[in-house]
Amino acid sequence: MPEELLLDVRRLRTEFSQGKKGSVVAVNDVSFQIHKGEILGLVGESGCGKSVTALSIMSLLKDTPGKITGGEVYLEGKNLLECSEEEMRKIRGENVSMIFQEAMSSLNPAMRVSAQLVEAILLHTDKTRREAEEHALKMLAQVGIPDPARVGRSYPHQLSGGMSQRVMIAMAMSCDPHLLIADEPTTALDVTIQAQILDLMRKIQREIHTGILLITHDLGVVAEMCSRVIVMYAGRIVEEAPVQMLFYEPMHPYTKGLIASVPKLGSGVTSLPSIPGSVPDLSMMPPGCKFAPRCRYAQDRCREEEPPLAELGGGRKCRCVLVQDKEATVQ
Amino acid sequence: MPEWKETVRAPEEEAKGPVVQAQSKPKAFFKKFMQRRTAVAAAVFLLILLIITAVGPQLAPYDPAAPDYDNLLSGPSPAHVLGTDEYGRDVLSRLMAGSRLTLGVSLSSVIIGAAIGTVLGVLAGYYGGILETLVMRGSDVLFAFPDILLAIAIVAMIGPGIINVVIAVAVFTVPSFARIMRSATLSVKESLYVEVARSIGCKNGRILSRYIFPGTMQSMIVNFTMRVGTAILAAASLSFLGFGANVTEPDWGAMLSSGRNYIGVASHLVYFPGLLIFLTVLAFNLLGDGLRDTLDPKIK
Repeated sequence: MPEELLLDVRRLRTEFSQGKKGSVVAVNDVSFQIHKGEILGLVGESGCGKSVTALSIMSLLKDTPGKITGGEVYLEGKNLLECSEEEMRKIRGENVSMIFQEAMSSLNPAMRVSAQLVEAILLHTDKTRREAEEHALKMLAQVGIPDPARVGRSYPHQLSGGMSQRVMIAMAMSCDPHLLIADEPTTALDVTIQAQILDLMRKIQREIHTGILLITHDLGVVAEMCSRVIVMYAGRIVEEAPVQMLFYEPMHPYTKGLIASVPKLGSGVTSLPSIPGSVPDLSMMPPGCKFAPRCRYAQDRCREEEPPLAELGGGRKCRCVLVQDKEATVQ
Repeated sequence: MPEWKETVRAPEEEAKGPVVQAQSKPKAFFKKFMQRRTAVAAAVFLLILLIITAVGPQLAPYDPAAPDYDNLLSGPSPAHVLGTDEYGRDVLSRLMAGSRLTLGVSLSSVIIGAAIGTVLGVLAGYYGGILETLVMRGSDVLFAFPDILLAIAIVAMIGPGIINVVIAVAVFTVPSFARIMRSATLSVKESLYVEVARSIGCKNGRILSRYIFPGTMQSMIVNFTMRVGTAILAAASLSFLGFGANVTEPDWGAMLSSGRNYIGVASHLVYFPGLLIFLTVLAFNLLGDGLRDTLDPKIK
């Protein structure tokens, strides 16, 4: 499956300035790759830097206090961080597009649905308005909207959440981007609609061969959709693995905790195991391993020095000294 | 372009009602607005006033400039419902004709002020930085003067006359719009759909005109209505002070001004224009209140 490399993020570092108090590092030394037609899962608790990573790739941090302070983001061989705002504007929507969690508020309430699609299409193609309108209706039909003409004429407040997300996907896909970043696309939807939207995304991946970065905190979604998974914690990647391996044999204590805390039907457990404590405040990070304060296996050396993200073979990476020691003895 | 092979169909239950049959926005707005009695009354009053302004001269019982020397300073009578002035001109006819000048001056000055203030405020809110500082500090300076005083100062500088009154009133309307539109822009700028617009590669100009501006319209409409009231008062005051319309022209402020000389013998010359100004300003303010309450989702 060595497919063509689509996105190559290398040592990305994004900081948020906090005025006089200095700045906090929201994304620290994050590297990963996405191949054509691959769905990569990015999981982690709220506030661990998942969305900031996505916004950094899109260079959409302009209106936030955030700033990319290091690393490279190559999309099909081109470093996006060196692109001018004008170049980036062309790339967004055409080469990479994004869908967001709250589909209902993703659409401009003052514009008809079809007008918004047409706008996206006209921005990146030489189509005439009429062709763009036809293409918009075709896109609406392709994302499974019955009666596209009617939905196209409506305003966003007349649509349900699932419908809005379909429209958003139609809009994001209207110029056939090679990479789709989906930031918690199903979190705000109920489960049946969620399954439909996931089906739709899988269809996009299968048929158009779009690479998808799926950001979520729902491990069920990850298991269903992704081929590889990255687990983030406190702005760092703590584990990377093919999806089956991650679920059968999680290595990092944080991943173990995450998987253990997923409720299972019929297991008869009355209380779910949870990871004690919460994500450390970005401005008050512990010196060593960032997970050490919550880790039940933590030793003194964990609290002193941050372990590197070590390659363990078989496409696995893990940022934990204990795991690395164990692997070393096995070998 | 790669083709999609099949179409994923939404399952039946969703297919049945893809479009939520929500009440259309204008209809819902109208229904909510109709519950506010005072605002509705104000709207009706203003509507009648606008109709009179449009067709006034045809409806007026007399020529507003025609003197009637048999009836000088006569009080209300069946022939002259609101009485006559010092030249025997019919007060009702003059008020009807005067609404054109008074409303025309105040509306056009608010339109000009609103346009400039809105552009400045939206740009300041969207781009921030030095532009925002300049616009906001400039507004603060203008805000430091009481409205009328500022208008008088401007008219004193550029000379009296209707056009100059329009300019003066427009100038002091600008900062209020700049401020309100800036804060409205700041909140709309944060919304997800603006980020989405950016994520599909929209240009700034496009984002401003199609995404930001429509979101700030509510604030603009409300402020516009409120400011018309203020502008009428200001325009009438300037006329009253002799800076605006020629005294011989029918203008509410000017009528009030010339009637003042006869307040002892013919008080109706002061009462009726004054009452009309008062009612019109009140109506605009009540309408503004009603619109604000209807448009603001936070107020039930």
